[in-house]
Amino acid sequence: MKVRIKYTKSEYLKFIGHLDVMRYFQKAVKRAGLDIAYSKGFSPHQLMSFAAPLALGVTSEGEYFDAEFNSLVSSEEFVRRLNEQMAAGMEVKDAVLLPDHAKNSMSIVAASDYMITILDTVPVGVKEQILSYAPHLLEKESIDILKKTKKNEKIEDIKPGIMKLSVESYNSARVISGDESFGLSGNMTEERGFLSQYADNVTVQDKLYMLLATGSEYNLKPELVIQAVCREIGYVYQRFDYKIHRLETYMKKEEGGLASLLESGTRIA
Amino acid sequence: MTKLALSDEILMKVEKPARYIGNEVNMVKKKPKDVNIRFCMCFPDVYEIGMSHLGIQILYDMINKREDAYCERVYSPWPDLDKIMREQNIPLFSLETQTPVKEFDFLGITLQYEMCYTNILQILELSGIPIWAKDRTLEDPFVFGGGPCAYNPEPIAEFFDVFYIGEGETRYHDVFELYKELKKQNISREEILYQISKIPGMYVPSMYKTTYKADGTLEAFEPAREGVPKTITKEIVLDFDKAPYPSKPLVPHIRVTQDRVTLEIMRGCIRGCRFCQAGMIYRPTRQKNVETLKQYAREMIKSTGQEEISLSSLSSSDYECLKELTYFLIDEIGNHDVNISLPSLRIDAFSLDVMKKVQDIKKSSLTFAPEAGTQRLRDVINKGLTEEVILNGAMQAFKGGWNKVKFYFMLGLPTETDEDAKGIPKLCETVAEAYYSIPKEERNGKISITASSSFFVPKPFTPFQWAPMLDGETYIKRAHHVKDTFRQQLNFKSMKYTYHESYVSVLEGVFARGDRKLSRVIYDAYQSGCIFDSWTEFFDNDKWMAAFEKNGISIPFYTTRERSLDEILPWDFIDIGVTKRFLASEWEKAKQGIITPNCREQCSGCGAAKFGGGVCFESKN
Repeated sequence: MKVRIKYTKSEYLKFIGHLDVMRYFQKAVKRAGLDIAYSKGFSPHQLMSFAAPLALGVTSEGEYFDAEFNSLVSSEEFVRRLNEQMAAGMEVKDAVLLPDHAKNSMSIVAASDYMITILDTVPVGVKEQILSYAPHLLEKESIDILKKTKKNEKIEDIKPGIMKLSVESYNSARVISGDESFGLSGNMTEERGFLSQYADNVTVQDKLYMLLATGSEYNLKPELVIQAVCREIGYVYQRFDYKIHRLETYMKKEEGGLASLLESGTRIA
Repeated sequence: MTKLALSDEILMKVEKPARYIGNEVNMVKKKPKDVNIRFCMCFPDVYEIGMSHLGIQILYDMINKREDAYCERVYSPWPDLDKIMREQNIPLFSLETQTPVKEFDFLGITLQYEMCYTNILQILELSGIPIWAKDRTLEDPFVFGGGPCAYNPEPIAEFFDVFYIGEGETRYHDVFELYKELKKQNISREEILYQISKIPGMYVPSMYKTTYKADGTLEAFEPAREGVPKTITKEIVLDFDKAPYPSKPLVPHIRVTQDRVTLEIMRGCIRGCRFCQAGMIYRPTRQKNVETLKQYAREMIKSTGQEEISLSSLSSSDYECLKELTYFLIDEIGNHDVNISLPSLRIDAFSLDVMKKVQDIKKSSLTFAPEAGTQRLRDVINKGLTEEVILNGAMQAFKGGWNKVKFYFMLGLPTETDEDAKGIPKLCETVAEAYYSIPKEERNGKISITASSSFFVPKPFTPFQWAPMLDGETYIKRAHHVKDTFRQQLNFKSMKYTYHESYVSVLEGVFARGDRKLSRVIYDAYQSGCIFDSWTEFFDNDKWMAAFEKNGISIPFYTTRERSLDEILPWDFIDIGVTKRFLASEWEKAKQGIITPNCREQCSGCGAAKFGGGVCFESKN
């Protein structure tokens, strides 16, 4: 029985890399006494897979992993027992049972919402410039950026990966509820400014929100978008002038649009 | 939540930032203002090494069980962070509360190997604590050293306020009670140290004075003040079964060197190999009750979620309930998600059966540590492993499907001849030939033999503490010679021989049996940039040589010189129970190639019985 678990990774543990987070949860599941399933063979491993790796230094309240269990407890019980085992900085939010045929989260991830906080190391004037320019970035024909990987680097147009870029918090539930104007084409210019649960104060002018392509098909890191904005206004980009926080990870719905990864499953009573 | 001592920017710049953020599973959280004693425990090497050390986990747990004390941890910042901390004047901090180390009452540094000495100076300097103990004030923590290298603390004596001689479980409580009392009074640092020096096991170097003869050897080593003990007897946990042990060990976030829970089954060793310091200083051998161990195993696996459990002792095969414990682990603890790791097992029918159950034969190898290539030399070092025993074990294993063998040897042992050195490849050849004597269909392809040799370093409190060491070039020559002899073997294509550079062994030799005159050398080497000396990528022999030269210190005085039996050795003021007379008789027997039976076969009267426990009284219960 496959269960999808949602968790947050906050300040304290943002310096733990993806592989270590996997090892962390493998141990936590055991400490919690949950009946996890193992692969066969001489060195069996837990049947567990993670949705979308989070870069080092990024926090998140929308992380997911899927795990196979031999027996179940209720969603509340999953959350409670795992949270008893969490180190400060990790918190399990929800657990849902997936249908037998469900694809694993890694293969269906399509997008992520990010909230970028511009820190006070950036002068107020520049901050304003960034915020006033950002929504216009998508008006450009193409946004060419040098993309670096471990092996090579190449110039790439990142525009197709940006689905939304806004200075106001928007409610991505709009996306989830199937707003047809919100595809994966990246052609979103309309601002509605819904107040979402995570926006602490929409009047504070230091935040950028962006919905970016994520996953195996196309993956765009928020750093590159900020870099592009900085380049356009002629300001030197430095990673630590910004706090990057992932708000949610989405999958593509069959009928189009995006949905929370939790929607694939049902809560366990 | 505690604010981290390092900014995001720094943490993202350095390699493995998780080394510096603490917050591991099972980390102890307390409010510093709620305790009287703040103790910072330090392993002076990188986090992944330090976190693998059992001793710190034991003391961390033990001290934190006290309500009035909070024990935190610190490890050596890697050179990338070291540089940033110096540039930006960031003081070294503890992992738990991210507090500057200087604010603690105590800084306890474990001394596991000689090549960590410059890292101690790094810890002190980055903490803003004066490197020389004499320069410290009441504003500074009391700097304690403990662990195996504390059995000859003299080369680093001037950097420490106190050395704790022996096992850490026994006397910290006395130190803390005294400290709490003295803190209330308005007395000097020196007076506090004087009082500490009266607690058994505590060596306060500043309370002793040394004088030297013209030839550089010790003339006298005496207390400088009335009431300071002349001899320090090592501390030891007699009721080993009840000794504190962590049932909730720390679980690091990143992979560390020993990424598993450890079950200490026995302390000490009955064998008495003459080169082995641990075999002498941990006498008498003490074991834990098998039921106690089963309980710990269950608790530790449950509290950590670790995937592997390992037994720890100097010689697991000598643990009397090994079978019961091992089969318990295999049947009840080990299943699809917990591996059992059993190091230091003698190869016999039992261990092969166990290995079959817990390892993949195709991947695992047989390990033998004959240490010397010929029976004559094995008798000299009192290593009770014979060629017959090796061949028997190996043949059983080969028939069971094994085909990989690892051998550990030492080069430069006392009395070693050309013949002994050649014995190394010969022994490998004998094992290879035995393998090929098995019919083809009953063996598993080709054999693979890996032999590695380290250079012998004489250690204090061993029968070889008087022995001369070889110089670096002679070592390397011998290693080359062995390598050449390997090429002459019939089956040399199945063999691999490895050895290391000899520079580090020579320095280990100097510090292992060194005296107080060496502290200047260590200081100067550190000032010239030496750090992380146990890491080949950082070790810089030229800088070390310059530091010796600058101070007019002769290396051969410490290494290649044979000490006479009546010489006052720098560590003679420590009483480990095993008498100097016993060690001297063992040295004599070594030269004659006479073996000494192990503690269970026959008591040889080493002196450790004076502690009143352990193997010395096993049959008398």
